[in-house]
Amino acid sequence: MSEKQPILDVRDVSLHFGGVRALSNVAFQVNRGELFAIIGPNGAGKTSMMNCISGRYSPTQGRIFFKGQDITGLPANRRTEVGIGRTFQNLALFGHMTVLENIMVGRHHLLRNNFLTGSLYWFTGARDEELAHRRAVEEIIDFLEISPIRKATAGTLSYGLRKRVELARAIALKPDLILLDEPMAGMNQEEKEDMARYIVDLNEEWGMTVIMIEHDMGVVMDISSRVMVLDFGQRIALGLPDEVINDPYVRKAYLGEDDTPDEPLPPPSVPPELAAVAEANAARRAAR
Amino acid sequence: MASVSMRPCGDFRTSYKDDSRLFDTALTARIGIGFLLALYLLVGLPLAFPGLADWPVLGWFADSYFLSLGIQICLYGVAAMGLNILVGFTGQISLGHAAFFGVGAFSSAWLNNTWGIPVVLAIPLAGLMAAAVGLLFGAPAARIKGLYLAIATLAAQFIIEDLFVRLDWFTGGSSGAMANAPELFGFAFDTDQTYFLFALTITIVLTVLATNLMRTRDGRALVAVRDHYLSAEVMGINLTRYRVMSFGLAAFYAGIGGALYAHYLMFVSAEAFTILLSIQFLGMIIIGGLGSVKGSILGTIFMVLLPEVMAGGMGMLQATEWGNQPFLVNGLAFLREMAIGAAIILFLIFEPDGLAHRWRQIRAYWSLYPFSH
Repeated sequence: MSEKQPILDVRDVSLHFGGVRALSNVAFQVNRGELFAIIGPNGAGKTSMMNCISGRYSPTQGRIFFKGQDITGLPANRRTEVGIGRTFQNLALFGHMTVLENIMVGRHHLLRNNFLTGSLYWFTGARDEELAHRRAVEEIIDFLEISPIRKATAGTLSYGLRKRVELARAIALKPDLILLDEPMAGMNQEEKEDMARYIVDLNEEWGMTVIMIEHDMGVVMDISSRVMVLDFGQRIALGLPDEVINDPYVRKAYLGEDDTPDEPLPPPSVPPELAAVAEANAARRAAR
Repeated sequence: MASVSMRPCGDFRTSYKDDSRLFDTALTARIGIGFLLALYLLVGLPLAFPGLADWPVLGWFADSYFLSLGIQICLYGVAAMGLNILVGFTGQISLGHAAFFGVGAFSSAWLNNTWGIPVVLAIPLAGLMAAAVGLLFGAPAARIKGLYLAIATLAAQFIIEDLFVRLDWFTGGSSGAMANAPELFGFAFDTDQTYFLFALTITIVLTVLATNLMRTRDGRALVAVRDHYLSAEVMGINLTRYRVMSFGLAAFYAGIGGALYAHYLMFVSAEAFTILLSIQFLGMIIIGGLGSVKGSILGTIFMVLLPEVMAGGMGMLQATEWGNQPFLVNGLAFLREMAIGAAIILFLIFEPDGLAHRWRQIRAYWSLYPFSH
């Protein structure tokens, strides 16, 4: 871990829904400027983790610090101001608005006009403010190459384009940390390549810290700086992509059993407390 | 690409300012503003020169029957616009809109009668009072949605309706309240002609305000709450605030509409603001087009004119020998109600986006004419 303060510090977060333990004592830190990936099998708690960070859920236990500030109890709609933006796994655009309006909604917390000054448009500076933000939004539109569809109704677009508009809307928030929940789900290879390039540009040129959930291991291995693996709501590995993919417990839990089951597993390279977790999960999976 | 542009060939936008105009082409601007100017002129000329009222076409614009229809369209249209902000744009439901309309009517009369506030000031103040009541009864919207909210607003309708009869000091109780005609610099808007111009002006101003609202921050937030409230929240929109605020805005518009109603009839009584009127407001915006400012007005025109056209049609039918049947003569009132119901059902089936959508299609047709495909 670098010496500078991490932008996001998740401390022993647990999330329980009645008897269901969606997350158990998950702890990790994300450094400024990182492209951090969270992977894991379906139902492992990845999206729950995102929801805890973005404020949809509040953790049963544990605390979340963002830029050194405790945001555990901060309402979701106040988190845009501190600098957190996100996209959703399932499409969550405003279907009846145009693409432009959708992205303009992302500027909500940056705009100052209200229903009164907005209604009086010409006389209160609302127009100038709107136009200034329109310029900023157009830059995002250019970056994501969606200018031909800026006036199209969001609900009529194809899946890949909608995902891109959603990314644009999240960028419009001007976040320091952007959470991408499966940005490439359901895309073809070409669209995935485009999206990967946008994410890397976002990270490197726009300077945003990215946390990404993604199932496509190829993309994760290629672009992420560190990877965390969740399984049954527990963190079973965290490290550089190469370390993680070669971790025997990750292979076992996520990528599937080896073809030659007779071969004994090499000794665990993960810390002992995580190894115990992985063992417990393996036992649970066997019992299932 | 994905959207049909209404702009003529060669009309390019070179600034974002140009791209955010109220009227999207020069022709629509000319037609829209020209129509309104013509309306002012046609009503104003016979007013200024009474002799002109005998002329063939100008006579219609001095005719108190046609003018009263116009005034009704204005005052109901304003209220319908408010309901559209709530139902069409924010995606909530209110069965108590007539009650807010009534609050505006009584408030304006009360402010003028009791405190001597000039009517022209009492009308916006009545809007604010209605907005306060709307915020109060809209508070449940912070927690509940859909059918439950419908029932909560239904309760608001009955509670307020009951208060109209009980609060003697405010409404005059069962005997109702008198309301004076508005006056401005000593000029009284007390005839149909002058009152129409007065109501039309207020309607235009409120329409422009609503249109502006919908293209700025808070208007977008309302639509965002309607379309996907979860992502609206992540975009930094305070759901509770906007849900309740839209009740306030809706009630403000209803209050202004109600105040216009009061000062037109010059008498307000509690019977006028029943649940039936609430449902008629819903009918107006469904027929006009949910989520369209223009649609609210179009729907109101439809709903105000439909009974008149029905009555006219019936009158012609009754004049014929085979049409002069007792069930037609006696059943006119019922047939009107049935026609309104049928219109709503037909619109829901064949044109769920309302007259506003039909309007856009007509425009698209003419902008591409004669190559309609």
